[in-house]
Amino acid sequence: MHVAIIGNGIAGVSAARWLRKLDDAVRITIISAETEFHFSRTALMYAYMGHMRWEDLMPYEPFFWEKNRIDLERNYVERVHAADNKLEFADGTTMLYDHLVIACGSKWNKFGWPGQDLERVGGMVSAQDLQYLEEITPEIKKAVVVGGGLIGIELAEMLHSRQIPVSLLIREGSYWSNALPPEESRMVSRHIKSHHIDLRENTELDTIHDDGKGAAGSVTTKDGEKIDCQFVGLTAGVSPNVSFLKSEESIELGRGIKVDNNLRTSVPNIYAIGDCAELRTPREGRRNIEAIWYTGRMMGETVAYNILNKPVEYDPGIWFNSAKFIDLEYQVYGEVPAHGREGLASLYWEHEDGEHAVRINYEASTKAVRGFNLMGIRYRHEVCEKWIATETHIEEVLQNLGLANFDPEFYKQYEQDVVNLYNQQEGTKLELKTKRGLSAAIRFLRKAVST
Amino acid sequence: MPTTSTKKSVLQYIGLGLFAISLLVFTAMLGLDDYKFNEEQILTPFAAGEDANYWQQDAAAFHQAHLKIAGEETGLFSETFGTTFASEKKLKQTYATAQARVKEYYETEGLPQDVDGEGNPKTNEEGEPALVQMWQVELPDWKLKNNAAGWIKNAATGPVESNPWLFFLLTFGLGALGGLLYIIPKFSAQPGIKNDHIFHNQLTRGLDLSWRSVFLTLTVVGILVYGFYYMDDKLVWPAITAAIGLAIIGLVLFVHHSWGRDARDAGPEDYSGWLGILAGTYFIAFYVLLYWADQHVVAWVHMVSPISEGIYQYFSGYNEGGEAGKWFLYGLMYTFIMLVMGVRMISKYRHNKYQIIRTISVMFFQLSFAFMIPEILLALNKGWHGDKATLPFQDMKNIWPLDYDFFHSWSIDGFIDNPGSLGMFMLFWGIILVIVGVPLMVHLVGKRWYCSWVCGCGGLAETMGDPWRQLSDKSLRAWKFERYIIHGVLIFAILMTAATIYSFLPNDDYWINRTSFLIIFSALLAIAMAVALVAYQKSRLTISKLGLSLGVAFGVGMIALNIYYMTFGGDNYLFASTGNVQKWYGFLIGAGFAGVVGTGFYPLMGNRVWCRFGCPLAAYLGLVQKFQSRFRITTNGSQCISCGNCSTHCEMGIDVRAYAQKGQDIVRASCVGCGVCSAVCPRGVLRLENSSEDIYDRAETERVIHIDMENGISLMN
Ligand SMILES: Cc1cc2nc3c(=O)[nH]c(=O)nc-3n(C[C@H](O)[C@H](O)[C@H](O)COP(=O)(O)OP(=O)(O)OC[C@H]3O[C@@H](n4cnc5c(N)ncnc54)[C@H](O)[C@@H]3O)c2cc1C
Ligand code: SF4
Ligand code: SF4
Repeated sequence: MHVAIIGNGIAGVSAARWLRKLDDAVRITIISAETEFHFSRTALMYAYMGHMRWEDLMPYEPFFWEKNRIDLERNYVERVHAADNKLEFADGTTMLYDHLVIACGSKWNKFGWPGQDLERVGGMVSAQDLQYLEEITPEIKKAVVVGGGLIGIELAEMLHSRQIPVSLLIREGSYWSNALPPEESRMVSRHIKSHHIDLRENTELDTIHDDGKGAAGSVTTKDGEKIDCQFVGLTAGVSPNVSFLKSEESIELGRGIKVDNNLRTSVPNIYAIGDCAELRTPREGRRNIEAIWYTGRMMGETVAYNILNKPVEYDPGIWFNSAKFIDLEYQVYGEVPAHGREGLASLYWEHEDGEHAVRINYEASTKAVRGFNLMGIRYRHEVCEKWIATETHIEEVLQNLGLANFDPEFYKQYEQDVVNLYNQQEGTKLELKTKRGLSAAIRFLRKAVST
Repeated sequence: MPTTSTKKSVLQYIGLGLFAISLLVFTAMLGLDDYKFNEEQILTPFAAGEDANYWQQDAAAFHQAHLKIAGEETGLFSETFGTTFASEKKLKQTYATAQARVKEYYETEGLPQDVDGEGNPKTNEEGEPALVQMWQVELPDWKLKNNAAGWIKNAATGPVESNPWLFFLLTFGLGALGGLLYIIPKFSAQPGIKNDHIFHNQLTRGLDLSWRSVFLTLTVVGILVYGFYYMDDKLVWPAITAAIGLAIIGLVLFVHHSWGRDARDAGPEDYSGWLGILAGTYFIAFYVLLYWADQHVVAWVHMVSPISEGIYQYFSGYNEGGEAGKWFLYGLMYTFIMLVMGVRMISKYRHNKYQIIRTISVMFFQLSFAFMIPEILLALNKGWHGDKATLPFQDMKNIWPLDYDFFHSWSIDGFIDNPGSLGMFMLFWGIILVIVGVPLMVHLVGKRWYCSWVCGCGGLAETMGDPWRQLSDKSLRAWKFERYIIHGVLIFAILMTAATIYSFLPNDDYWINRTSFLIIFSALLAIAMAVALVAYQKSRLTISKLGLSLGVAFGVGMIALNIYYMTFGGDNYLFASTGNVQKWYGFLIGAGFAGVVGTGFYPLMGNRVWCRFGCPLAAYLGLVQKFQSRFRITTNGSQCISCGNCSTHCEMGIDVRAYAQKGQDIVRASCVGCGVCSAVCPRGVLRLENSSEDIYDRAETERVIHIDMENGISLMN
């Protein structure tokens, strides 16, 4: 059996690894036009900032693929001929498969802005994007980055590291406010500004102007303000990279590639995973496209089981994510809607330095804990997940909050402050029973397995 | 304007400039003084001892006379020399002339008759006069070797010799000032990860694999060739070493299939970092001079002598004495560098309390335990006991086998002969640390308590070496080399020490004798092997069968050797002169590996080359850490994004990401617990923790498993 995988991102590579783990005989080929070896897309910024060499971005050593008998094909898939189980490459060659996994990822969005196709305008998703940015960097005296998501702030930080003044334009009133609750969102805004990045809230891009030589020279905003710049970073989100599939009608597309709960597309022996997969029926409270690292990894694992005739439905489990806004770390577990939800109570504690915060969401009626949002503080994934999964009472959680603390040794612990805040708001007299510590946390986690 | 360097203020540029000047002065001052030899000083070491017999007195007189004539002929006493090299050349020439004359004299006149203790002429069995041997009366080579540096030092006249303080200020003073001017403004930046542009910087970006190989090969071959001369033209020592080296290379490349496997070579993609090459060369040259050619660095020693004398005279109450030697110079430099670069470390990791506290800890231990306390002890000791000073010059935090001469006879004598009880205390302190203190502490908190909180080598690596931590090789191949080499050094240290203790101990009935030592030694080996085997059976950690077999083979072989010596006896354990074993260890490991490669290679292969590949104490602590410790680095569930910051900045070359992305806890013998992986992780995935709870289960392969066919779906099964 030959499984061909389009895309050597985390989704495609996870699929290949699990296929090999579960089955020694299956023939596996990973196809990618982008790079020879799998690299960590999330770390692109560190290569530009000089924190890492390009090869440090690769999670596996070059010999890994040969050792695990995973064939690598550096090529661009021009067309999929589903009826013939055949791939057609840009160089005219073809490849047959028994099963096809499409893990072709995302590309950055262009929203029809005038001037969006000029030179020195671009996003930051692929190795080529990074290479292009590196090439034009000497020409950039000032840059504008458009879009207030996770990639926008990374691109701004990158340019800033090269001592290029950056204006970061966001449509919203504070950073990433469509994903973060208002307090956290404002904290991020403050943090960005304190690092001398010119964050412009409530500002939308209107036009990118030619400098007379076919490259970006300035932008105007919807308010009519003109900003001179030699680079415009477009980071207003990403969308599935599926244009090469348009010619194959048997594969049903929406925004992404439509898949069922077993990650199967409209063609039975073709699957889609990662950023490009669009679930027909996502789980409650989840989106149909979740373009993040972790879901790509889970889908890769799931699809391997399904291809090998061990049907498993894709279940992303309890939501989690993390990011870093310059020096501000962020972690989220469970349900933390930006604008709250009816019946969802929220305990929000913020340190007076304005750089640390803990938010714990719980059901107002049953007091069952629903989610955690952390700024500048690290919490244990497994502990939070277990509390959420077992619908633990908020007061029980608070009294044992130390179990969750994952900050490095000697860091100040804020659990007592969080408990005090709750006591003050609710008139209770809870006491913090468990402090930070691994032994207690593991015992707590083990208990879960036995019950 | 876009740049690939960090933003610097005017003050910082001034700091860099001052530092550069200090470095220039420091280098140039070696050539500033002139050297003028004083006849009396050169002749003094050749005077006959008080209890010399008649032919010894004669020989001494000849030596002096011929040296004097030779010196007058060659111009040694009349000329002034501009460099240490010219001085050394002339000294050698003069000495050789005198040697030839003395030899010629005895050859033509005949050797004198020997005498016994009472001064009566000796005869041999046939009743003929017993003559002394030529080597007893000729001018020996070693007297030149031992005295050359001292002569040259005393011959110096000129700016450095007459203005030591000025030069101290221009080098140490200006260097520290420049360094601090560069470092202190960094405190005004916001706290957070400060790794911008380290791979753009010519000084810190490292070299590609071929450059590294060139440096490594040249250094290793250079040390082995010099080792041949160092061991008095005996080929056997460098030959055995080279054979072991080749065996290790063969094992790693062929038995472990590294050959032909494309490894992560982790060099810069384009041209190499030339400032790093320069820095590495400078460091290597510094160590070579310090260890093996100290006659060329007498200017530095002159410069720091007033400080040594100051400390000595203050604490001893004497009005003279306490001249610096090269080790004082080295200790002082070491301490200065660690303090200044410690401030840098704190500024860089200001957001991380663990880093701050641990940096202050290594700075404290260097300043007090390694530098001041031994100096003070020495001074006080002399004050109490006059010239019969014996109190050890002991750094109480330096533990065998890193402190490899702890059990050497002069060291033990130093402990035992001391009239007070401090020496005995230190001897027992040292032994207790090795047997109980170290394993216990490592069990509780991991080897980090020593390697990155206390140790001087580790301290230098974490302060001065921090800018290069990212250069450690993360390939699997490097890890394989590491395990063979470091355990090889540990075995060498154990053998050398066993031979030392064996030779030191009496052969008699008193219970502390050679036989009881061999029994205790064998018992310890047996216990260690039993522990390892049980751990291998019990734990689900992956231990290589080959490694385990080699370890057991070593243990069994050693016990067999012990039985041989218990049965047949013999003066020298290991079939070789104990003195030579010690000498080779001191040369190869103590100086070559720990010094020249250990620090010289900071800009070439990262700041922990010695700690990772060479330190026998680290090997010992590592074994305890791997098999009997509560310490591990925990991984925060599934949060890892495989970015690789942790692996890149791990100075021990541990591929932390390989574990983190699978959700495994990390239990690795080599981890020194510096905490930098945890500090640089952008997703808060890593935490250094102590708990024996489920340690091996959680260090199992692949924990980020989301599907389990039996138990259903969860984050981790
Ligand atoms: C700058 C940046 C930072 C990010 N940070 C985070 C983060 O912190 N946390 C997080 O959870 N997520 C983050 N993400 C998102 C995360 O990286 C993606 O969700 C993830 O990489 C998607 O993986 P994938 O395997 O689905 O696709 P990709 O990694 O995009 O891989 C798809 C591959 O397929 C190739 N390909 C596509 N079409 C073809 C074709 N026709 N022929 C051949 N090859 C083809 C592409 O060239 C590409 O190599 C970040 C993304 C970016 C860009
Ligand atoms: S694994 Fe982490 S703590 Fe251990 S040595 Fe490496 S960077 Fe330091
Ligand atoms: S543990 Fe942290 S630093 Fe290491 S690869 Fe994972 S996310 Fe990156």
